[in-house]
Amino acid sequence: MSINELNASRAADAGQHPLSREESATLDRRAIDYVQRAAATGLYEIRGLGAKRAVPNFDDLVFLGASLSRYPLEGYREKCSTRTLLGTRFASKPVTLEIPITIAGMSFGALSANVKEALGRAATEMGTSTTTGDGGMTAEERDSSKTLVYQCLPSRYGFDPDDVRRADAIEIVIGQGAKPGGGGMLLGQKVNPRVAAMRTLPQGVDQRSASRHPDWTGPDDLAIKIRELREITDWEKPIYVKVGATRVFNDVKLAVHAGADVVVVDGMQGGTAATQTCFIEHVGIPTLAALRQAVDALEDLNVRGQVQLVISGGIRTGADVAKALAMGADAVSIGQGVLVALGCNSETYLQGDEHLSALADYHRLGTAPGFCHHCHTGKCPVGVTTQDPLLEQRLQPLVGARRVRNYLKTLNMELTTIARACGKQDVHHLEREDLVALTVESAAMARLPLAGTTWIPGHNEK
Amino acid sequence: MEDLRQTATGYGLPATARKEAIRTFDLATHTVRELNQFLHKELVASGVTKVMVSNPDGAHSIACGVNAPVDIEINGHAGYYVAGMNKHAHVVVNGNAGPGAAENMMSGLVRVRGFASTSAGASARGGCLIIEGDASLRCGISLKGADIVVGGSVGSFSAFMAQAGRMVICGDAGDALGDSLYEAVIYVRGEVKSLGADARYEEMTAADFGTVKQLLDLAGFDYSPQEFRRIASARQLYHWNADAQQEY
Repeated sequence: MSINELNASRAADAGQHPLSREESATLDRRAIDYVQRAAATGLYEIRGLGAKRAVPNFDDLVFLGASLSRYPLEGYREKCSTRTLLGTRFASKPVTLEIPITIAGMSFGALSANVKEALGRAATEMGTSTTTGDGGMTAEERDSSKTLVYQCLPSRYGFDPDDVRRADAIEIVIGQGAKPGGGGMLLGQKVNPRVAAMRTLPQGVDQRSASRHPDWTGPDDLAIKIRELREITDWEKPIYVKVGATRVFNDVKLAVHAGADVVVVDGMQGGTAATQTCFIEHVGIPTLAALRQAVDALEDLNVRGQVQLVISGGIRTGADVAKALAMGADAVSIGQGVLVALGCNSETYLQGDEHLSALADYHRLGTAPGFCHHCHTGKCPVGVTTQDPLLEQRLQPLVGARRVRNYLKTLNMELTTIARACGKQDVHHLEREDLVALTVESAAMARLPLAGTTWIPGHNEK
Repeated sequence: MEDLRQTATGYGLPATARKEAIRTFDLATHTVRELNQFLHKELVASGVTKVMVSNPDGAHSIACGVNAPVDIEINGHAGYYVAGMNKHAHVVVNGNAGPGAAENMMSGLVRVRGFASTSAGASARGGCLIIEGDASLRCGISLKGADIVVGGSVGSFSAFMAQAGRMVICGDAGDALGDSLYEAVIYVRGEVKSLGADARYEEMTAADFGTVKQLLDLAGFDYSPQEFRRIASARQLYHWNADAQQEY
């Protein structure tokens, strides 16, 4: 067969030839979809959930359980404490938690009032804290939460000194892992009359929150702002400072210098109800890397144990919690995992004792269970991230509270199981020496030895 | 939307209408903590209706978080966050105020006899802030329902993202006045260097003249409401729109 005949034959078979279906690595289907969507709308994409890209995470670490060189505790019998104290540095009334797993700040507006109540109930039952969000404190969450952390955000939507006085701790939010440097968003369909009134906004606006605090700039000012909050709360309540993970080593040091009792670091896998996709996927560093930098900063200042560290951003399992604590966190904070526990991305929702299908509603959003990130639309098929009066009925507070309680209970059981297997009577005794890394990247980020070696990339090389 | 533009603010009755009992705190010998502890925890039971603060010497957080109808007079310059998050109290600073004066005020009245630094009245939700001199950058940023009257001029980015409430500026304004305004309304007597995104001049109505007069009278400034121009939101940034040249 001549070369011409061969080419003709290839052309005829084009439909079946593998090269005719070769995808461009540069302009793959995802990139083509992005360009075409941008061309059609002239606006960036906004969505919910968190980063979808794969980054080094806690799955890349494993524990070295006890054997001959370490002595384990009996898994079902021996005491393993999970009690956690936050805010011991300056506050006269630090927060005492029964478990080191807290519920992250999520706004009423992003979530329904039913959900906020469910989270408060679950947290109270488990002896932990829940957190307000951008938009103020609802009566539902205050009444249902034994320990409630009140966020002070750049927008100051609904910020009220009476709520400062009612809170158990104050969290000054500098940034969020899903969008460090960016402000909050709440699209118009979720700005219903109650949300609008709480935020002093016209109903239905596409709300774009400020990214900078209105009354201070920079770490020196932050120190004075923290003092103001301490004065208003008569030095009783812990002041947390929350940063989105970027230059974590410096940011944690600055927060400590500014007088924080607790530093919260939110990694790039952290969730959001509405953020530009370019932010979610391309700004910030992974939680694993952020955690190590944060611990380094506290150790550098010799304040570990004095200033507590809370880590968040993509924490899902009890093993994740155990690894975070072993690396040096005092507690973790969970947002998306809690929403999934409530039913996010489930095929069904519960009404009475009956599971009803939500598939048609996912379909209307152009998605399916397991893939949904449409929190920003307010049309959550399972009633979690909505302000729609009908949809929000799909998640009843008592049902949600039970599911979140079960989830937190499971995480805590896994945490203590691992801690006992490592020979610890207190989960806070887990330590870096209990961990090794499975990949070179995670070993470098967490600064732990690659499993089976003593090699920590970039650290102990000659 | 008009509801937000007509937000009524509660200035409260002057505490001096009641039987006067004065307590003095000299910050040369007392700490701000002692002063605030008294204001928060002991004031109501004490029967004190007026608190005098001397030698403030630029201290921060003076009389912040007050939640009672009391007169507070600060004789000297105050630092950051004087009368921050005030509720009910009437506070007078006989001097200048640092950044964030009366930030997040809920009600009451705060008067600064001198100049105010950056972010005066930031995010204030009620009450009235009167600044007899000039105010620096970001005066009235994120305003949420309070009234602000400035006897002098204001710096750039004033009323940035102001959501509700009214701001009267008797002097000039810097760059980007009212950038990304929501439903707050600004009245300016002097020159405006530039308006921010989505802010525009609008016709003064009879109601506007009445509002300006009421606020000028409250502040004690003798200007004619006829000299003021009204600035409000064009409401073009309320929704994403690819054809509106939005940059965020």
